[in-house]
Amino acid sequence: MSTPTELKFSKSHEWVKEEGDVMVIGLTDFAQSELGDLVFVNLPEEGDEVEAGEAFGDVESVKAVSDVFSPVSGEVCEINEDLLDNPAAINEDAYGAWLIKVKNVTDTEELMDAAEYDKFCESEK
Amino acid sequence: MELIFELGQEGRGLDLLPECDVCEVTLDAPKRAGKMHLPHVSETELSRHYTRLAKRTHGVNDGFYPLGSCTMKYNPKVNEEMAALPGFTSVHPLAPVESVQGCLEVLYTLQEDLKEIAGMDHFTLQPAAGAHGEFTGLLLIKAYHKANGDEKRTKIIVPDSAHGTNPASAAMAGFEIVNIPSGEDGCVDVEALKAAVGEDTAGLMLTNPNTVGIFDKNILEITEIIHKAGGLCYYDGANLNAIMGQCRPGDMGFDVVHLNLHKTFSTPHGGGGPGSGPVGCKDILAPFLPGSYAVKTADGYEYEGCEESIGSMRSFAGNFLVIVKALTYVTTLGAEGIKEASQNAVLNANYMRVKLADVYDMAYDVTCMHEFVMTLEKKKKEINITAMDIAKAMLDYGIHPPTMYFPLIVHEALMVEPTETETKEEMDYVIEVLREIMAKAKEDPEYIQHSPHHTVIGRPDEVKAARTPVVTYEF
Amino acid sequence: MGSYVPNRKSEQEAMLKEIGYQSFDDMFSVIPDSVKLKAPLNLPKGKSELETANCIKAMAAKNKSYRGIFRGAGAYNHYIPSIVRQITSKEEFVTAYTPYQAEISQGILQSIFEYQTLICQLTGMDVSNASVYDGATAAAEACAMCKDRKRKTFFVSETVDPKITAVIKTYSFGSGCEVVMVPAKEGKTDLAKAKEMMADAGAASLLVQQPNYYGLIEDVRGAVDAAHEAGAKAIVSCNPFSLAVLETPAEAGADVAVGEAQPLGLPLAFGGPYIGFMACTHDMMRKLPGRIVGQTEDDNGNRAFVLTLQAREQHIRREKASSNICSNEALCAMTVSVYLGAMGEKGVTEVAKQCINKAHYLQKGLSEAGLTKTYEGEFFHEFVTTVKGSAEELCEKLEEKGYLAGLPISEHELLWCATEMNTKEQMDEVIALVKEVVA
Repeated sequence: MSTPTELKFSKSHEWVKEEGDVMVIGLTDFAQSELGDLVFVNLPEEGDEVEAGEAFGDVESVKAVSDVFSPVSGEVCEINEDLLDNPAAINEDAYGAWLIKVKNVTDTEELMDAAEYDKFCESEK
Repeated sequence: MELIFELGQEGRGLDLLPECDVCEVTLDAPKRAGKMHLPHVSETELSRHYTRLAKRTHGVNDGFYPLGSCTMKYNPKVNEEMAALPGFTSVHPLAPVESVQGCLEVLYTLQEDLKEIAGMDHFTLQPAAGAHGEFTGLLLIKAYHKANGDEKRTKIIVPDSAHGTNPASAAMAGFEIVNIPSGEDGCVDVEALKAAVGEDTAGLMLTNPNTVGIFDKNILEITEIIHKAGGLCYYDGANLNAIMGQCRPGDMGFDVVHLNLHKTFSTPHGGGGPGSGPVGCKDILAPFLPGSYAVKTADGYEYEGCEESIGSMRSFAGNFLVIVKALTYVTTLGAEGIKEASQNAVLNANYMRVKLADVYDMAYDVTCMHEFVMTLEKKKKEINITAMDIAKAMLDYGIHPPTMYFPLIVHEALMVEPTETETKEEMDYVIEVLREIMAKAKEDPEYIQHSPHHTVIGRPDEVKAARTPVVTYEF
Repeated sequence: MGSYVPNRKSEQEAMLKEIGYQSFDDMFSVIPDSVKLKAPLNLPKGKSELETANCIKAMAAKNKSYRGIFRGAGAYNHYIPSIVRQITSKEEFVTAYTPYQAEISQGILQSIFEYQTLICQLTGMDVSNASVYDGATAAAEACAMCKDRKRKTFFVSETVDPKITAVIKTYSFGSGCEVVMVPAKEGKTDLAKAKEMMADAGAASLLVQQPNYYGLIEDVRGAVDAAHEAGAKAIVSCNPFSLAVLETPAEAGADVAVGEAQPLGLPLAFGGPYIGFMACTHDMMRKLPGRIVGQTEDDNGNRAFVLTLQAREQHIRREKASSNICSNEALCAMTVSVYLGAMGEKGVTEVAKQCINKAHYLQKGLSEAGLTKTYEGEFFHEFVTTVKGSAEELCEKLEEKGYLAGLPISEHELLWCATEMNTKEQMDEVIALVKEVVA
């Protein structure tokens, strides 16, 4: 799958999309393929504060659990509730299956563009 | 095969109870409305159902069971017979002390034996399992610091090679966990430990030999670093089978230990329990022990409890019948037998390690204690054969696989613990099987990747099980 | 000395040589001298099987065996069908480890799946785990399931067995959560008070026991409503036989049902091994601690069972796991399953009814003999009586005649229990003895 050029990426393999004042956050395709079949997603609640570089939730495969880190600081304004019933959506379409939306963003960690991220993944293998 | 709910016919059943000999009473309280679907089977059907389930179960009695870190030694039959004595099974736990002298003698005798074996001053037999013992021990450490007004000690240091229960137990006891990386040799990185300790150190959790089966030579230095920092040292007894009769946690500087009677002391695992996880401690922690323990007086045995006790870990004195089995075992072995057991546990592990080293990569190719870890990391890269594949291929030979993917610090790990109760012939056979599997893996990797081929089910779909959980039968 | 090492000394020596060690001492040189034992362990000499058996049997013989047991208080004397012990003694079940390798553990896995189903049938709840250590730890784990970032106070009724409360308090010493006792009124949970106390108090849960420690039947529905009104979860600790006849925790709206399953086929055994059952609503499934078996398919589409939802557990989630539990009471869970399979719905209901009938017969007789009933409320198979003299003394009198009387819970109060094991003849004798003493 080609890495969407309209997104930005963190070193912990989350993608970020700017939608006006709101930042949409998800897991990258590289992350989902490394994790394998996901079976559950733990997400924060609407209204929770997230902080750049801190875990806001986790994803479970059969034999592992991995934290998901927020690339931005702000307030969670929406969570993708569909994922709670269908975590497989992340495996099927990582860039469509967003996890949370964050508003009132006060801080953003340094992010990569698609080309930089592809290179980064290459070095991680 | 069928579930018990798919057998029998409505109205079928066993004739077990006499008619009620007193008059009937009707309660006014709200009654159960819904139907209770319980099995409706004859004794024949019930008996055969479980025989079929037994045939689909592999125990130590069915064959070699080298499940690393679990000490699957043979479970002597005399233990079972002693634990089934009506003199024990029919005793009410709240019967008066004069009428339970035999039970108290069992508790007292095992307490004393375990004190000697572990080098501790006190023991409580209340904890019901290893993890329960860990939780108990950590609460003792917490109570100790609290009694000293030293409540800033909030951190427990755990090596990254530790069993998952260690950090989980520490978290349950309200501690923060400081994970320290292991050194190249799989042992505690002493410099990393020195850097990790401080005024907030409550204690350290460690097992020795560690989870890769190596005895940590720096143990005295390690426990001293913790003590100097004001912390206490917790010994996870999961690997005691390697050292009993050779050395003792108490002499290594540990302040509190738990032992797994269902590992080291030959009591069976029962498909996951009941176990028993007695906790021993040095005098400084004794005032905080939970529950009550047995003491010997001029007039017999009595219960005693501590005023500053952390409370109670469960109801009553512990998994008593498991305690009876362990006492039977210790009584049989005695001092020499205990030492002989650890000697042969370590010999058997080293025997298999050396005999397999030319075919399987050893994570640490040095003298091990009672278990050793192989790694399939290279084989995975070279021929795409994983630890899981080897494990599953062993199933076709009627051999229980080693522990897979643990400890986490070794990639593609297979951890082998033969125990002292296996014969040389059995180990030679298993070594041959493991060689054969590797040869086959090189020649026809696909065959091994799709193992097992001869078990009652093939590899189950765990993803489906977790994504759409079906956890009860639908009537 | 006794030994279970099969290899002879000569074989051991040959093996040592074969892999490059001169001796055991040589192999054990990896243990530094500074920590090595210098002398043998100070333990008695090992024994032959015959000697060991005699030694342990002598201990068993020192326990008193009673003609009749009228004591419960958390450990109950019930009939155990012969088939229960026979089946659960099968070596495959006894000597297996946790079913990590599903392909050769379908027997254990299916038995746990059946156990989970049976517990859900009894309690009416949606999901059960594969068991925890005992009823008290089940209650403590249930409290922990209910806490979240904002709610960290556990409300526990004073009518809950004090042994259970003690364990909840001990677990809470670890977690830092607060335990608040809800007072009793005439032997039952004071629900009005509970509502008042829980309002805006960061209540995570309210725990009540059915029937309660004094044997009385609680208004579980009222307790559930009180908990929910305060935004807390409702936990019910229940006697398994009461579930056959009384409104189930699920019917009353509870979030978690727990209890001690010892009455279902496990001997008294001086307190253990017993087995704690835990079941909850579907919504709380992922907070349920311990192992859970799920149904799936193998690669040929055959029904298969596996340990599932494992990412909740300590071996994966480590310090973030909801509980540290690893070993549980699997063989005891199987015991419960075989027991329920042997009894069936009819048998379990019959035991429950006989318990009620006999306890009421005993209570009436004791009352006529001079022991007044302490609390007015309706009871199940336990009840408290007040005696004018010393409760202990009364116990001693019955003790002399081979009866284990009710448990003294205060100077003048005894907590009695009757089950299907107590015959009318026995009860008449006990009543007559009490009459003599009280008179």
